[in-house]
Amino acid sequence: MAGTKADPRVPAILGRRALWLRSWSVVRDLWIGGVLLALIAGFSLDSPYFLTRANWLNTSSTATEVLLLAVGETFVICAGGIDLSVGAVLGFAGTAGAWVMTQVLSGPPTGAAAGVVALGFAAAILAGGTFGLVNGFLVAWAGIPPFVVTLGTLGVATGFGFLLNNGQEISAIPGSVATFGNTNLGGWVPVPVLITAVITIWCGLLLAKTRFGAYTLSIGDSREAVVRAGVNDRRYLLEIYTLSGVLAGVAAVLVMARLGAGSPSSGATDNLNAIAAVVIGGASLFGGRGTIIGSVIGTGIIAVLLTGLVLINVPPFWQEVAVGVVLIVAVYIDQLRNRKTSRK
Amino acid sequence: MTARLAVRDLTKHYGGVQALRGVTLHVDAGEVLGVVGDNGAGKSTMLKILSGAIFPSSGRVLLDDQPVRFANPAAAHEAGIATVYQDLALAGQRDVVANFFLGRETLSGHWLARRIGWLDGKAMAAHTVSELARLHTRIPDVHLASRDLSGGQRQALAIARAAAWTGKVLLLDEPTSALGVEQQEQVLELIRRVSAEGIAVILISHQMPDVLKVCDRVVVLRLGLVAATLSGTELTSANLVGYITGAMPGREP
Repeated sequence: MAGTKADPRVPAILGRRALWLRSWSVVRDLWIGGVLLALIAGFSLDSPYFLTRANWLNTSSTATEVLLLAVGETFVICAGGIDLSVGAVLGFAGTAGAWVMTQVLSGPPTGAAAGVVALGFAAAILAGGTFGLVNGFLVAWAGIPPFVVTLGTLGVATGFGFLLNNGQEISAIPGSVATFGNTNLGGWVPVPVLITAVITIWCGLLLAKTRFGAYTLSIGDSREAVVRAGVNDRRYLLEIYTLSGVLAGVAAVLVMARLGAGSPSSGATDNLNAIAAVVIGGASLFGGRGTIIGSVIGTGIIAVLLTGLVLINVPPFWQEVAVGVVLIVAVYIDQLRNRKTSRK
Repeated sequence: MTARLAVRDLTKHYGGVQALRGVTLHVDAGEVLGVVGDNGAGKSTMLKILSGAIFPSSGRVLLDDQPVRFANPAAAHEAGIATVYQDLALAGQRDVVANFFLGRETLSGHWLARRIGWLDGKAMAAHTVSELARLHTRIPDVHLASRDLSGGQRQALAIARAAAWTGKVLLLDEPTSALGVEQQEQVLELIRRVSAEGIAVILISHQMPDVLKVCDRVVVLRLGLVAATLSGTELTSANLVGYITGAMPGREP
């Protein structure tokens, strides 16, 4: 046995294999970043309108909605779940916010329009957060699979959104809402983009650098390991799904501000886009792996595809076809990768 | 000297099935106690009771002479009893540091950082390195994902983690069964080091050579009873096999 004793000073030394494995995720981020740049380059060559201010404003405002949903979805997917309800919750939350504004405005005069707007925004975020809370509760305590829970709340949120105004959008809201949503700082930075950037950076740090993020990833990797370590996994799952709902509420506010109305169908295609963005960004649908920067790049790829295809005169209905195909390819690559690296 | 952990007349029945029929044993601080027996002898039931996963039907568990009754595994952990199961409970894609600190993360000192839950990554990595070094484990890089470690390294990580966060008793379930020869030796060496630090180790194993190498005493369970307790010159492979199979008649020490 004497011959097998390890040198106590050895442990922290990096092996060559170790360095390679650690850099693999960086290589992957660079790779999808490269895909994004290639798409941008390709569309720029095909269309003189691609690299213009107008297209930047158009692309970035599309991207804000998808990105906010994708950020929340990143936490859920990293925790080994899925949130299919985010798009529907976005539609419901925006309609609910607008509905609250119209209810207050139709009552006795209450003075400042700013107060009405703030109340409506708060209502939208609260509506999103409530759906997230329900999702989290049903997943964590009732033990129902996330796919089933959020497919169910997708239906519920869609129906509630349509019920609020017989399926019509609600546009009788203060004009300052649209002014807020369409203000560009310096002509290039729309306020919604700035707000989204701040939230995204904050969530990136939350996932990568805090205990909340560490538990999110560990729960997705091995919930059993987390439970045995004495961590209250249910509490964290509840918070993760609630975060996703709250971000859908914030996205609803920004969409409402851009459209100047609350529309129940405004998030209909965003589910697919957000989940695709997260998976393209390298998060594993099996849980335990994912980054916000990856989801940002993934969102960039989706947003560029959406606006770029229109600019090169592809009929808009091909957009969802393209995103769907990209989603399936990304998941397939993830599965291949999992088979290769897992040596259990 | 009072025993670190003792059980007295422990029984457990599942409906009509008697898994344990009155087991009495103890382990001292710094001692490695082997628990062996054929399938169905009661080893797993014993382990589950001590780790707080199930309640005994009757009998007592004494930790430092104080009767204890664990409502759940977390309570046993809190009291100073850690269990490393065969599946190790590691998060495969998470790195060594994240696994080592799982549930006990170090936060940065600033009040705002604590409020947010900001991890002190450097301190955690440094502590992991020093703890693993103290136990002479051979883990090349604490930022490797745990699934990229060898089987022996993963086992070592799980044991080192349990030993680092538990003061008193370490329960090991078949720690060497899935390993190659050299890795088995490394894990046995790690068990010796852990016990040398004053932790009482209970080793449940089918691997007779390993039990003989590392255990100070061995309790043989047979059909839910202690068939024999062997130590010193009595602790031989022939005796172990004899009592396990029932070829030698059971006797209480």
